[in-house]
Amino acid sequence: MKFGVLQFPGSCDEIDALDAAGRVGDAEILWHGDRALKGADAIVVPGGFSYGDYLRAGAIARFSPVMESVISFAADGGPVLGICNGFQVLCEARLLPGALLGNVNRRFIFRQVDIEVVNADTSFTLACTRGERLSIPAKHSWGRYHADEQTLGEMEDAGQVVLRYAAEHNFNGSARDIAGVRNRAGNVFGLMPHPEHAVDELTGSTDGLKIFESVRLAVEGAHV
Amino acid sequence: MSEPHPGPLAGRTPETIDTPPETTTPTLSPSIESLPSLEDALALGLTRAEYELVCEKQGGPPNHVELAMYSLLWSEHCAYKHSKKLLRTLPTEGPHVVMGPGENAGAVDVGDGLACAFKVESHNHPSAVEPFQGAATGVGGILRDIFAIGARPIAVLDSLRFGEVASARARYLLDGAVAGIGHYGNSIGVPTVGGEVYFEGPYEHNCLVNAMALGLAPRERLVRSAAAGPGNVIVLFGASTGRDGIGGASVLASTELGESDILGSAPPHGVEGHAVKDKRPTVQVGDPFEEKKLLECSLELLEQGLLVSLQDLGAAGLTSSAAEMASKGEVGIDVDVARVPLREPDMEPFEVMVSESQERMLCVVEPANLDAVQGLCEKWEVRSAAIGTVTDTGRMRVLCDGQVVGDMPVRALVDDCPLYDLCPQKPSEAIYPAPAATLPPETHAPSEVLLALLASPNIASRRPLFEQYDAIVQSRTVRRPEQADAAVLLLQRNAARARAHARDAMRGLTPADTGGHTPDAAGPTADAPSTSTEAVPALAVSIDCNGRRVAADPYRGTIAAVLECASNLACVGAEPLGTTNNLNFGNPEKPHIAWQLTEAVRGLGDACRALEAPIVGGNVSLYNEGATGPIYPTPVIGMVGRLPDARRAGRVGFARAGDAIALVGPFAPSLAASELAKLRGEPLPDGLPEVDFEAVRAAQAAVRDAVRAGALSSAHDIAEGGLAVALAECCLAGGLGAAVDLGEDLWETTRPVPPSRGSVSPAPPAVTALFGEGSGGFVVSAGHAALRTLGEHVRVRSIGTVGGPALSIAVGASHAELTLEELKRAHGALAELFP
Repeated sequence: MKFGVLQFPGSCDEIDALDAAGRVGDAEILWHGDRALKGADAIVVPGGFSYGDYLRAGAIARFSPVMESVISFAADGGPVLGICNGFQVLCEARLLPGALLGNVNRRFIFRQVDIEVVNADTSFTLACTRGERLSIPAKHSWGRYHADEQTLGEMEDAGQVVLRYAAEHNFNGSARDIAGVRNRAGNVFGLMPHPEHAVDELTGSTDGLKIFESVRLAVEGAHV
Repeated sequence: MSEPHPGPLAGRTPETIDTPPETTTPTLSPSIESLPSLEDALALGLTRAEYELVCEKQGGPPNHVELAMYSLLWSEHCAYKHSKKLLRTLPTEGPHVVMGPGENAGAVDVGDGLACAFKVESHNHPSAVEPFQGAATGVGGILRDIFAIGARPIAVLDSLRFGEVASARARYLLDGAVAGIGHYGNSIGVPTVGGEVYFEGPYEHNCLVNAMALGLAPRERLVRSAAAGPGNVIVLFGASTGRDGIGGASVLASTELGESDILGSAPPHGVEGHAVKDKRPTVQVGDPFEEKKLLECSLELLEQGLLVSLQDLGAAGLTSSAAEMASKGEVGIDVDVARVPLREPDMEPFEVMVSESQERMLCVVEPANLDAVQGLCEKWEVRSAAIGTVTDTGRMRVLCDGQVVGDMPVRALVDDCPLYDLCPQKPSEAIYPAPAATLPPETHAPSEVLLALLASPNIASRRPLFEQYDAIVQSRTVRRPEQADAAVLLLQRNAARARAHARDAMRGLTPADTGGHTPDAAGPTADAPSTSTEAVPALAVSIDCNGRRVAADPYRGTIAAVLECASNLACVGAEPLGTTNNLNFGNPEKPHIAWQLTEAVRGLGDACRALEAPIVGGNVSLYNEGATGPIYPTPVIGMVGRLPDARRAGRVGFARAGDAIALVGPFAPSLAASELAKLRGEPLPDGLPEVDFEAVRAAQAAVRDAVRAGALSSAHDIAEGGLAVALAECCLAGGLGAAVDLGEDLWETTRPVPPSRGSVSPAPPAVTALFGEGSGGFVVSAGHAALRTLGEHVRVRSIGTVGGPALSIAVGASHAELTLEELKRAHGALAELFP
């Protein structure tokens, strides 16, 4: 299978995402100015400061040509993985519910956090088990997940809350310790921690590989 | 917009790119006819003699544009007037050196066909005025030096000094500087992987913000900045030009910060006395998003071989970069300020030439490549404009819409600035007041002293600072801050390793294969051997300097700083390849500061020669002095090394219960200028103990080889706070206790403290053994067999065993016992500075 990794001016972790996806399948960079998705089976919207976070994080990237194609790709059920800034872009594009607000301590924080798998039967957590703890680094200043209480309730009931920060690991103040959510249809998923930075024992841990591996299993499972 | 001037620039004109509407032509102020006076020259920082020399070189008094350019290029910051002669004594050659001092950055060969470019620079004066932007632009500037020679920046480190934490101003500067460094590094996607911070009274009115950067490039792609080829086009690309940072190099960097600069009161007198609000606009403003585009654009231009030469715009902006390019290429340059994209209306020609607007680069392009260059800039949404031409006149000419407004010989501007000899004189009495005591005199129990040291600002955990930095972007970081004594970065990005793993991944991962969970410290304890067998080469980098030791003994204190960096590299298994330095000192025109500078540079040269780690580049920041006196002499040392296999990189933390703990090396602890002496409020001693250089070097080599062989579970250099603090740090990093007994006769000769100026009662041997400091001491943990083999090469004293919930240390009759929880609570003291 092939991953398409978007690149905006100001993206920082797109090459990391390319390398990580490259460990489980083929992967190619998709420049923000082009509409073509070049036959990608799954899209990764990477971390970083697209367009310098001007206006709001992700606010401008959401209108780029490539995002128009990603929106229709998602409408057709294609898997879309948004990481950190990518999660913010997907919320701005209304592909995911809720919003990412400033961290409670108003600072950028980088910390290796433990996250718990709440829902293991999504296209992004197939390789995990329910309740499993993953050690994955988080690094952001606008990572506090927020939605109104009613939406949160509906999301929990529909199994849209996929990942939570483990106890004492929620440093940004996210509602209900939410670290990652999916859309109703289940093909769009966003998370603040960076799985692409947890794919090699040498640089920290390999728990993040499971997110990319799950997408491969989901895509290749779907073709069988 | 005026019609473009016909001539060699008749090709592409700025109009073909959608120049923002507010760009206007610089206005020719009426004063162009009346020439500036001597007073104007003095106000810009030139001395009378220097002004007369300028008039001689110009064949008459200079006009406003010329005077502004001479005043900047002949400032201390740009011309190194008081240090250039001294710097010539430093070793700069060596087998690994690929590019030495004089270029934008130096570089060493790191194998695999790659060169590592690195350098450290300072933004001390701007940060004292506005810490966030001062520190942010410090990072932006050092990154530009790296990609200006064609290397992709892979890491940033910071070295900070502030007043004591009790001072609200020190806390304000600390918070602003850390936020500024994080803002820039995190946004541009370069990891901040290490650094240091010290809090000392003498830095109260003169904080230090030094930033170091590393970059990697294929050896043959390193590019020099010499302009060449008369007729070639000078292209300015990047941000538009405004008034920020005007005169930054001369007004701020080369003068002492007057009392009023700090308190914001009206300026009492003369040159230095600018009120803070006057200097605020001289602090440059940084835009990491603009620089990220500029970085990618510059590297792609070099990759496609479109540039003859490249130079970044730093201090003194266009004036310095154009003049230096011309001087190195022994050519002339014509620059037309009317072609420079501006962001402010009616800027004068001299303002365009001296502006220090950030995120701008200057390059030389053959006319045939101009379209390709500007096309590539457009792709990266980077503004570009052809603003001048290389000539063979050997003169620097500034035009404004075709009319010559400045005409100077390049040699006069860049090379003929008078250099001054220092007249060093050892001070007869103390320069620095004794620090205020913070440890009550009756506190003697080792447990209490250890907790006080762990909680002291110069030793407590730096996590509240480095947690604000992204340390892992680019996926190279093998050892993060506080995991080892030096940062360790993969030479090849994960891509190469990814292919190896991809083969393994094809076997599919079973759900049960959960990764090892990490104890408190980030990252798993033991490295699971990665599946691919071939070694994974890596770089190691360390930045260090204890200014208080250099103040006590500039020669031996500087040697100690260089040895400290080499010991940090040894602890991860790396061998030093090259060194950079930022000399932060007071006013060199004063004899005792001249003595500090001369002795420190002598120590730096001797240490680098002995370690075969030559100087490849650096920076000097003088006049760090205010009404309350000079800063501690602070020669910040940055050292880069290489280790053959990242999978064997060393760690600080104890890793295995039951391991033996040993003290390795010619460690001869002394309380002279130690952290404990500071907490006791003792004055600085006059001199430090002798360093047995060869024995320290042998210990470093032995520890390095043992780490490379995978024989040690942990290795940690003994620094501030001595052996007891080092042991506590190993326990905290590994989440494991330890039982240590130093025995009776371990310290046959405790080193006597040299006669310090104040009356100090000699400390009992146990206190010196536990908290004394000195070069060449390591705490390692390993199996007993490994320690025996290590003992064949160097002095190894087994002192205890890893394990248990607490750290207990016995020495003679004294005994310290603290739980991991107590150690952790004390060590976390700095968290309160970042609510």
